[in-house]
Amino acid sequence: MTFPIKPVLLWTDALVFALVAAILLFVWYMNRHEHLRMPWRKVARSTSGMVSATVLSLFILVGLLDTFHYQKALPPDKQTAEMRYASDVLSALDAIAEPLRMRQERTFSAPFSAYAHAKETMSGADGTPRRDYPRLKFGGAHLESPAAERLPDIARGVLQGVALAAMLWMFATAIITGVVAARADRRFAETSGDLWRGDLDVPWRAVLITLGLLLIVVMPLIVLSGRYHVFGTDKVGQDVFYLTLKSIRTGLVIGTVTTLVMLPFALTLGIMAGYLRGWVDDAIQYLYTTLSSIPGVLLIAAAVLMMQVYMDTHPETFDSVTRRADFRLLFLCVILGVTSWTGLCRLLRGEALKLRELEYVQAAQAFGVGPWRIMARHILPNVVHIVIITIVLGFSGLVLAEAVLSYVGVGVDPAMNSFGTMINAARLEMAREPIVWWSLAAAFVFMFLLVLSANLFADAVRDALDPRVSAQLARPVFRWHRQRGASSRHPA
Amino acid sequence: MSAPLLQVEDLRTWIAGRDCDVRAVDGVSLDIRRGETFALLGESGSGKSITALSIMRLLPDAGAIVSGRVMLDGLELTGLPERQMRDVRGRRIAMIFQEPGASLNPVMTVGDQVREVLDRHLGVRGEAADRRVLELFEAVGIPDPSRRLGEFPFQLSGGLKQRVMIACALACEPELLVADEPTTALDVTIQAQVLDLLRDIQRRTGMSMLLITHDLGVVSETAHRVAVMYAGEIVETGSREAFFERPAHPYTNKLFASIPGSRSRAERLAVIRGTVPPLTRDFVGCRFADRCDRAWDRCRTTEPAVHRLPDGQTVRCHLYAPECVEMRGRPAAVAEPEAAPAVGGTRVSSSSHPLLATQDLRIHFPIRRGLFKRVVGHVKAVDGVSLAIPAGRTIALVGESGCGKTTVGKGIVQLLGAVSGTVRFEGVDLSSLDASTLRQRRRDFQIIFQDPFASLNPRMRVSEIVEEGMTALGIGGSPVERSARIDKLLEQVGLSPDMRYRYPHEFSGGQRQRIAIARALAVDPKLIVCDEPTSALDVSVQAQILNLLKDLQDRLGLAYLFITHNISVVEYLAHEVAVMYLGRIVEYGTADEVLRTPKHPYTQALLSAVPSIERGTQREVIRLQGDLPSPAAPPPGCHFEPRCPRAMPECKSAYPAETRLSATQRVHCYLYPQK
Repeated sequence: MTFPIKPVLLWTDALVFALVAAILLFVWYMNRHEHLRMPWRKVARSTSGMVSATVLSLFILVGLLDTFHYQKALPPDKQTAEMRYASDVLSALDAIAEPLRMRQERTFSAPFSAYAHAKETMSGADGTPRRDYPRLKFGGAHLESPAAERLPDIARGVLQGVALAAMLWMFATAIITGVVAARADRRFAETSGDLWRGDLDVPWRAVLITLGLLLIVVMPLIVLSGRYHVFGTDKVGQDVFYLTLKSIRTGLVIGTVTTLVMLPFALTLGIMAGYLRGWVDDAIQYLYTTLSSIPGVLLIAAAVLMMQVYMDTHPETFDSVTRRADFRLLFLCVILGVTSWTGLCRLLRGEALKLRELEYVQAAQAFGVGPWRIMARHILPNVVHIVIITIVLGFSGLVLAEAVLSYVGVGVDPAMNSFGTMINAARLEMAREPIVWWSLAAAFVFMFLLVLSANLFADAVRDALDPRVSAQLARPVFRWHRQRGASSRHPA
Repeated sequence: MSAPLLQVEDLRTWIAGRDCDVRAVDGVSLDIRRGETFALLGESGSGKSITALSIMRLLPDAGAIVSGRVMLDGLELTGLPERQMRDVRGRRIAMIFQEPGASLNPVMTVGDQVREVLDRHLGVRGEAADRRVLELFEAVGIPDPSRRLGEFPFQLSGGLKQRVMIACALACEPELLVADEPTTALDVTIQAQVLDLLRDIQRRTGMSMLLITHDLGVVSETAHRVAVMYAGEIVETGSREAFFERPAHPYTNKLFASIPGSRSRAERLAVIRGTVPPLTRDFVGCRFADRCDRAWDRCRTTEPAVHRLPDGQTVRCHLYAPECVEMRGRPAAVAEPEAAPAVGGTRVSSSSHPLLATQDLRIHFPIRRGLFKRVVGHVKAVDGVSLAIPAGRTIALVGESGCGKTTVGKGIVQLLGAVSGTVRFEGVDLSSLDASTLRQRRRDFQIIFQDPFASLNPRMRVSEIVEEGMTALGIGGSPVERSARIDKLLEQVGLSPDMRYRYPHEFSGGQRQRIAIARALAVDPKLIVCDEPTSALDVSVQAQILNLLKDLQDRLGLAYLFITHNISVVEYLAHEVAVMYLGRIVEYGTADEVLRTPKHPYTQALLSAVPSIERGTQREVIRLQGDLPSPAAPPPGCHFEPRCPRAMPECKSAYPAETRLSATQRVHCYLYPQK
């Protein structure tokens, strides 16, 4: 029995899957506990939270697709009849974006261009050399005369994309309305009316509008990316659209796996320091004060360079470029995690110091409940909101940190696509004449969208979970104004 | 009679909630005459503070005045633009708040804070302002005012902060002072000083005062007229004399009956069933009907009108409607008993041997300073306390905040380690036990805390909370037996067993305190330290909890160490009383001895400062000067000497020894013969 593909589990894949499993488990657990579910309902009711969640989920979808890795089977060896697999590791995203990946030009080309970005010396039909912009191998290759046909062709593509977007959007709207109607046990038409008047608890209207806008932008891009390089090509002729898509996973992995690394440190040490106090507190405080007084970038640079030396001296450990890049990404996450747990640890210590004086903790002490059990049952559940807020807020910071570190040259492996490496490459591209702007612009727009939506989502989460943020959000007040209008019509 | 200064007509204030609006104030009308003190009395959640904030137009963002008028001397306030309203606030109506610590800006000197008010409203600056601030500080009785001017709020005690707040409020000689629970956060002796001050200022300046409080005693000491609020409405108004002699509304009657005291010692306290209804729903009929013993059909269908009684009292109750006269004589329905039979057998109290005895208990907290955290001194929170608690009895530990009474409680249940002295439980010195033996011993003594909101873990279900002690101490057998026991315990404290899967936030303060009691009872203790278990509760709920504690004592033979500052609770519950001052017990005796014939000047002053609702018994109030000294540097001689009205030269020399006045009463004071 032979399979045409062999699944490959990279280190970061395993961690991402573990994280997804943990989140699913947490959601399941939360669903059974009313007090845990309540704040998330609040997130679901916040318009900015749901809009940013919509955008984020698109990014997460791309990132997850890029996480299912496999190796392709090669024709079996004639002599041993053993299965052989290609050495390069691909992902599900690569399979979907196969045309993007394979259609490599020779060098730079502008978005939607049918010609290369720089003039080359070519021999004409009559053999005379001339300098002109050569046609691209793939971008706009189906056009007879690009000058005349290109714009109508693009317009056609946009229209196709918009039509496709409209179909998909109506499909999504029907599903959402149907599910909401079924849950509330009401008729489809009624629910639809409520939805579009904005009378539902969850702002589905805003979600659908966002989804519509996203689809209108994304679908034409996808349609056109089959015929053109929509974001141009880079120095070695790779499609920039493909590179940006691949960069999303790197950003997400850095943002989430780092948290996974940092969380055990911050949780155990922070709570222990705050609850046990005494010499434990002194030792932990000493540790994190020392750690946070070392400049983070220097520490990371030193660690990454050591790692680089190790990888160079042990090439046999990594059987493919992808594995090697993946290992370096994982190492980067670990070192970022090790340097970034101090902030959360300090917060948790402070909170634990406060909680240990609360009366329910003292009541437990009066029963002779042991310190570990008190920490697990009484302190930990009551600091979870801080942990979640810090994780969500820290995510965007980590994505940006990756960009900065890669720019400095101590980030991910050069073979790995990331926003940082794209921006780093743009350093030289910006110096060219005529200027090559599209790499930087694409990386900027994608990263901006990712970080902005993550930040907005984090805001919504904080509003819902942070007890210090006033319980009165904008929505109830708004509703009250509507009711006041009603009450003035028929006075009580 | 002159026209009223402030007229509130049919005021309705709603607060936007998450699911529906809270009609916090629902049709309140009142008027306040010049120079009078008008008290607005009500339980928490009755809308009295929101009424005050509506008058000041200082409502939170989610709240708004829906209808009604507020007229200040003919000026309509509800429609006034914010700019003009700012001129009214502080200038014509001033407000003082409950928490003096939170209402002063911590980074401004107190002098500057008063000066700011003068500058804003009167344009008084420079030396004139300084003079005026000095005057004000003198007027509110701040000792050494010229030094205090430049101090920051953290350097002042609670009583002084409240005086600064009052100085701020009085700076522009307002026509109306709104005082929202001005003394609730203060100790009795300080409360007496502040109430005195307010009365005195009113007499001098002739301003009017709207006093918001839940304390009937404070009302009877200060008010000229009284209004009782219930569920967003005023249910009764009247002059103080009429109100205290003939409370008209059934709710008011119940409030009076639920105040504990010596007169009700033998019997159970009257309780008002249930709790204040949520103000989110529409009311049909009387809002109090569900909790009223005298309600009949009409109360549940028709909203009562306001009836005027011959002596000027008004009351919102059908009992006073002319057509319902015959209902007035009808006896009240009997309230059903609220607690179920107790778990476990009754223990026979063997009073020959004390259940718990502390000998010269000292608990000190080190003060650390400097880079290396060197110990530079000690806060002597408990400094030599000897107590004996017999089984099945209640010992009350009374004192002002900061006197160390809570620390004694925590020391007894071994939450805090003692510096010296012993705590013997049934003859065993607890501090000599190793960790595991002590853990086994812990089932015998439990503690109930003051704040019902902080004493239950918000992330745990009721059943988990109650079960925790049983699992920790390995009591109660199998999980099934334990579960059955939890049901019984919940019934025993007057909760229904089907509440076991709920979370604490779904319960009211009184219910939470019941859960905390069930948690303590779960391990079958012989002694429960009750650390102010009712001070965060309303009077009617307090009565429920006190009844419950008394029942449990009768059935289970529990001993209580009851820590409180509330004298009326002591009168009701305690067999013996220990009065604490600055870490030491100054007087000890049976409840009757200490409360009827107090011997120590501090006890005398403390008892005289408690506002009384019993009119006619003219008592002489002993006013104490100043505040509690710091327990880090207690006075060299008798700790009470600096504040004592009867201090003598020898009081400065050394701490007085114990004098036995009777078989039970002991006192530390030089007024009585020393050995």
